[in-house]
Amino acid sequence: MENRINRTLFHESMDLLTAPARHRLAAAVLQTEPPDDRPALTGALDHRLDDAARVRPAHPVICVGAGTCGLGAGAAATLRAIRQYLADHRLTADIIETGCIGLCSDEPLVDIQLPGRARLSFRHITGDKVPALLDRVLDDDIPAEDLLGQHRQDGLAPWPGLPHLAEHPFFAPQTRWVLANCGLQDPVDINAYLATGGYGALIQAIYRHTPADICDQVERSGLRGRGGGGFPTGRKWRFALNTAAESKYMVCNADEGDPGAFMDRAVIEGDPHRLLEGLAIAAYAIGANRAYVYIRAEYPLAIRRLKKAIADAREYGLLGENILDSGFHLDILIKQGAGAFVCGEETALLNSIEGKRGMPRPRPPYPAVKGLFGKPTVINNVETLANVPHIIANGADSFAAVGTADSKGTKVFALSGKVSRTGLVEIKMGTSIREIVMAIGGGVPDGHDFKAVQIGGPSGGCIPESHLDIPVDYESLKTVGAMMGSGGLVVMDDKTCMVDVAKFFMDFIQRESCGKCIPCREGTRCMLEILQAITRSRRNEQGTAALERFRGIVYLQRLAEVIQDTSLCGLGQSAPNPVLSTLRWFRDEYEAHIYDRRCPAGVCTELLTFSIDAEKCIGCTACRRKCPAEAIMGNPKTPHYIIPDKCIGCGACAEACKFDAVDVA
Amino acid sequence: MSETCIAPDSLRSILDRYPGAERDKLIPILQEVQESMGFLSREAIVEIGRHLNLPVSKIFGVATFYNQFRFQPVGRHHIAVCRGTACHVKGSAAVLQALKRALRIEEGQTTRDGEFSLEVVACIGACGLAPVISVNGEFHAGVTPDDVPRILNLYRDRDNHHGKQD
Repeated sequence: MENRINRTLFHESMDLLTAPARHRLAAAVLQTEPPDDRPALTGALDHRLDDAARVRPAHPVICVGAGTCGLGAGAAATLRAIRQYLADHRLTADIIETGCIGLCSDEPLVDIQLPGRARLSFRHITGDKVPALLDRVLDDDIPAEDLLGQHRQDGLAPWPGLPHLAEHPFFAPQTRWVLANCGLQDPVDINAYLATGGYGALIQAIYRHTPADICDQVERSGLRGRGGGGFPTGRKWRFALNTAAESKYMVCNADEGDPGAFMDRAVIEGDPHRLLEGLAIAAYAIGANRAYVYIRAEYPLAIRRLKKAIADAREYGLLGENILDSGFHLDILIKQGAGAFVCGEETALLNSIEGKRGMPRPRPPYPAVKGLFGKPTVINNVETLANVPHIIANGADSFAAVGTADSKGTKVFALSGKVSRTGLVEIKMGTSIREIVMAIGGGVPDGHDFKAVQIGGPSGGCIPESHLDIPVDYESLKTVGAMMGSGGLVVMDDKTCMVDVAKFFMDFIQRESCGKCIPCREGTRCMLEILQAITRSRRNEQGTAALERFRGIVYLQRLAEVIQDTSLCGLGQSAPNPVLSTLRWFRDEYEAHIYDRRCPAGVCTELLTFSIDAEKCIGCTACRRKCPAEAIMGNPKTPHYIIPDKCIGCGACAEACKFDAVDVA
Repeated sequence: MSETCIAPDSLRSILDRYPGAERDKLIPILQEVQESMGFLSREAIVEIGRHLNLPVSKIFGVATFYNQFRFQPVGRHHIAVCRGTACHVKGSAAVLQALKRALRIEEGQTTRDGEFSLEVVACIGACGLAPVISVNGEFHAGVTPDDVPRILNLYRDRDNHHGKQD
């Protein structure tokens, strides 16, 4: 892990600029009238950018991971405690709120860089641990138990004997391009981004290449859409470029509604300028003068940082009218989503921007030909666009050199669920799922057995243990009934019921179906009802319900296939995937539910039977009072018992019992 | 906290910020109105329709489509339970159940005293810390059903504390 300072790219880009553009950019960076003399200007800029990137700080620098996840883990209290400590001890230090470096399970994370020494990362630093930590670190005594590792940076003295962060099992297997700056740099300081060579790719693109050139390069790089579809990005841009129109639009899809995915949020919170640079290059490539970022309203912090980034880029002349004196102008507007999963579908997203119900439109015409307000429009996902500056700065070939035959570059995954280390992971395409879950994630905790990993959210599928060695690429994942999706990876252990997981996704999709086409609206509801019937206890069945339950099971697979074939948009077409994939790999679990009315994982509450262990029960009456069905009998101070016919299986008794006397089977 | 009664001048001032607005401003206007008033009242929707020259039915059509919009006021403390995949796998259903039991309300409802309201939301994007609930935008990570009384009391105490100061 290191702060990648790329001053060469910055100075090369400065050399390309016309004199007025260079003057304006330099004045913005220096916040004062820049010197006319070139060597003096270079020196002044270097000095300013070194400051922003904290290359040689005069005071200690303290970075706190303050993304949404960091704040959730208590980073706000950590920040307060640090400020209090500095005030109490009359110390001067720079405090930076960074985005997330990706290791969510170890948050709150605090980095400390003493002048002249390598930066150190510490984990689980809650507010109460701050004084002790700072006492020791400022005294050159590094508490090994809190240390995550030290960073590598040229010109800074490493700490002898301390492990390197780059060798930490979570970080060692990763290749961080999109996440390069996340958690390391101040996300709201545009100078810090410039110091890493930021906006160099935009300047190169505008001054050295024609739009057709850029489309070409991106196509040659092999970059494919990271939002799930996997369509070649360069080709999409070329369609829009080749469609004549008086105005065109570029749209960034940051409507990350996929439950279990948070890559886009982390990129925007941790490195918003990278997204803006990619978006500006894309707009230049297709000839758009207006771009939208459609972002979920549930991400207030990301929206705030993005707004600040857009304002700063405008002030620097990197967005707005006549960008860098090139005649290209671009306005970027933020559109807040209003909480509809279907708006992640590109045509539904366009309707939502236009102020309508977010329902998909039939394609063709494709948005690249007739999109927003009837004009050619390209819609790209956040991660796709965040890859673009890297491709332009380092060349298509260096990007294409990484990955598999059809899937190039890296992919960011949000690793969560029953796994020891959760967080954001960026790996080369072609890495096996096993490596991500077992090596990077550290496997399943608490001695449980791995069961499956769910990839691709409500459109994806589950991968069982037997197929864990499958490489991450668009085509391979399809062979096991999963898909790349946007990048959520949720690990499940033996305490997770796969029928329940399928039911969870059907419930989600059924609620989020926009209702426009019948297969999706009615079909997903039917599928949910069938799954609910499968997990229903016999005691809650009346009349012919048991027969209907079996009829549903017979039709489940067929219904799923019809929904796939006949739905209007990607949401409906992929809606049955979670059911089909769990049915394919975990048929035995379905059979246990269907024939034995038993949930092997002990999750489906209706199928559980509750009984009271007479040895352990002391007759405190807590369960009897909590039981909503009056199914528990017994006198105080004598063992109680549950009447099976009355029990509705709600689990209230097990929750209420303080003596672990309620057996669940 | 948001008041339940409408302040007409604040609605006016929001609409004044969108002079000559077209259809594509509808959702931002609805968001701003809800932000300042806590919910979308009938009166506000009629007024927005007049401003945008759109039938009220169209506006209800859009507003009811999106999960974000509410047509009733929320409680002083608004609890959002994340029901993303990671939270589900880590037991958010039990947390939701415990909240419902403790507050004696269903999701989408507000307690009688107007203290708490409960809502189930799609993924908040803090999956690494699952299961997560957010109260008035403050995140609580790794919540178990046993934590619920403690978290609720935290906000009740804050209220009492405020009451004494006022």
